[in-house]
Amino acid sequence: MAKLNGFSFGVFLGTSIGIVQAQRALFDTPLTFRSGAILPRYELMYETYGTLNADKSNAILICHALSGHHHVAGYYADDEKNIGWWDNMVGPGKPMDTDKFFIIGLNNLGGCHGSTGPSSINPETGKPYGASFPVITVEDWVESQARLADYLGIKQFAAVIGGSLGGMQALQWSLAYPERVRHVLTIASAPRLTAQNIAFNDVARNAILTDPDFHGGDYYQHGVVPTRGLRLARMLGHITYLSDDAMADKFGRKLRTEQYNYGYEVEFQIESYLRYQGDKFAAYFDANTYLLMTKALDYFDPAQGCDGGLNRAFAQAKSDFLVISFTTDWRFSPQRSREIVRPLLHNKRQVSYAEITSNHGHDSFLMEHPHYFDVVRAYLGNVR
Amino acid sequence: MINKDIARLAAERPDFEAIASWIPKGASVLDLGCGDGSLLRYLKETRAIRGYGVEISDMDIVSCIANGVNVIQNDLDAGLSDFEDGAFDFVILSQTLQATRHTEALIQEMLRVGREGIVSFPNFGYWKSRLNVLMGNMPVSSELPYQWYDTPNVHLCTLNDFDDFCRKYCVSITARSVITGGREVDLWPNLLGSTAVYRFQRSV
Repeated sequence: MAKLNGFSFGVFLGTSIGIVQAQRALFDTPLTFRSGAILPRYELMYETYGTLNADKSNAILICHALSGHHHVAGYYADDEKNIGWWDNMVGPGKPMDTDKFFIIGLNNLGGCHGSTGPSSINPETGKPYGASFPVITVEDWVESQARLADYLGIKQFAAVIGGSLGGMQALQWSLAYPERVRHVLTIASAPRLTAQNIAFNDVARNAILTDPDFHGGDYYQHGVVPTRGLRLARMLGHITYLSDDAMADKFGRKLRTEQYNYGYEVEFQIESYLRYQGDKFAAYFDANTYLLMTKALDYFDPAQGCDGGLNRAFAQAKSDFLVISFTTDWRFSPQRSREIVRPLLHNKRQVSYAEITSNHGHDSFLMEHPHYFDVVRAYLGNVR
Repeated sequence: MINKDIARLAAERPDFEAIASWIPKGASVLDLGCGDGSLLRYLKETRAIRGYGVEISDMDIVSCIANGVNVIQNDLDAGLSDFEDGAFDFVILSQTLQATRHTEALIQEMLRVGREGIVSFPNFGYWKSRLNVLMGNMPVSSELPYQWYDTPNVHLCTLNDFDDFCRKYCVSITARSVITGGREVDLWPNLLGSTAVYRFQRSV
């Protein structure tokens, strides 16, 4: 059978972008949140990779998920082991090719990696914002990201890309700023959370909120951190990011000890793994940021207040879309991605949908997978 | 101006030209089992259609995307629930009919989401196939390039069979093109035609 474009499958993996540097942008125009709260000034941490072309048309924005940040690719001169969270995907010759695109990663507002968030000092009080930091929504993030685009002189993105919660931001870009984004790539995401998904978030939040060290969100002044709550929240989250099969493959019923000890200490390897992941996370992540991120997930619903549901909501989108899901992802299942595809079909938008066979559950979107990478590479190869 | 790739495609896939001849400029098209997106690309360039392909193979999904063709990864035998009633002018099943499991349900689905349907398939009544069977072997040819044990084709049929099928399921055939070696066959099509292309709609 005749082939049009001969396409090479995963022959070139690309190289690292190398040493990168985080930058800080200050915004002193007040930002009004969807909740009505106003933030008079704020800072956003960001990194850029590649070169912005003369007509500033080759920019890609990468929106991060729950625990992500601005350090997407490369490493720091003084910390070579600190490699970006999507370094396998972003770099010279990689699927998101920095030889072609000018790629921007940022830490969202409310984050805990340098952008203004609950753990930052409120200049009006000289103390951390803590509980006074406004609850933020996906819409608010996109507003702040649009201001970062203005600051960088980018009128229109070639693409906005995100996985999970990042995918919701990418969708919101196409709704809030249809003229400012030509392509949207939404990966392992959903147009809105189901009751089950909100339920998981609520249990995670409850773990934090009921930790005696939480102090209503103002734990900074007490010199403590609600580590136990944050740890539990992460452990729960982590279970939902893995597939049953992946857990069985990796841990099965393997024990750390020779035999059962008939007690409540760590015995199964999965227990030890989850505790390790929980401890690691609790050591660097801010509990208030975790609360904000999960709430932003819960609130997002483009159909809210819109007669006619998602079909009507997506009528204003003008971008072309690539929607990707993973077969074993049950937190953001392929079914949820189809809920993004359907209203786009209804509105006759340009959309492609790929369902990647992967064993790694929700975490698949962060992992190197030849077919997944080929899909992204093929799509971005046609982005002009 | 048709580019060289497109001209080459038309030469290698004779059903493309027949299909394109029925499709008006700017029509909306759904191509089921769209492979690498060749037909949609051909129709895009020759008839300025807009539309989508449906495909299950991972490799074809990448090829479609590389070819700039919209593609939705889905199993045709699971139905077309992502698509709304009457969403397309044409729903095409090109060289795929014989590999579908729930063929009858799929034809009904085609006429639910599309106003008209087009199918093309290898005619099992073609004399070379008949001769092969007569000589004692399952046919293997450029239209049927598989051995009996590795073929995806589970529902092979002849022109007569498809005509009977349409009568039985209230599908009305509006046009037919039968091709052998790139040429239209008028005489004894069920015997002399290697590829059949049908255009049909729901009987009223």
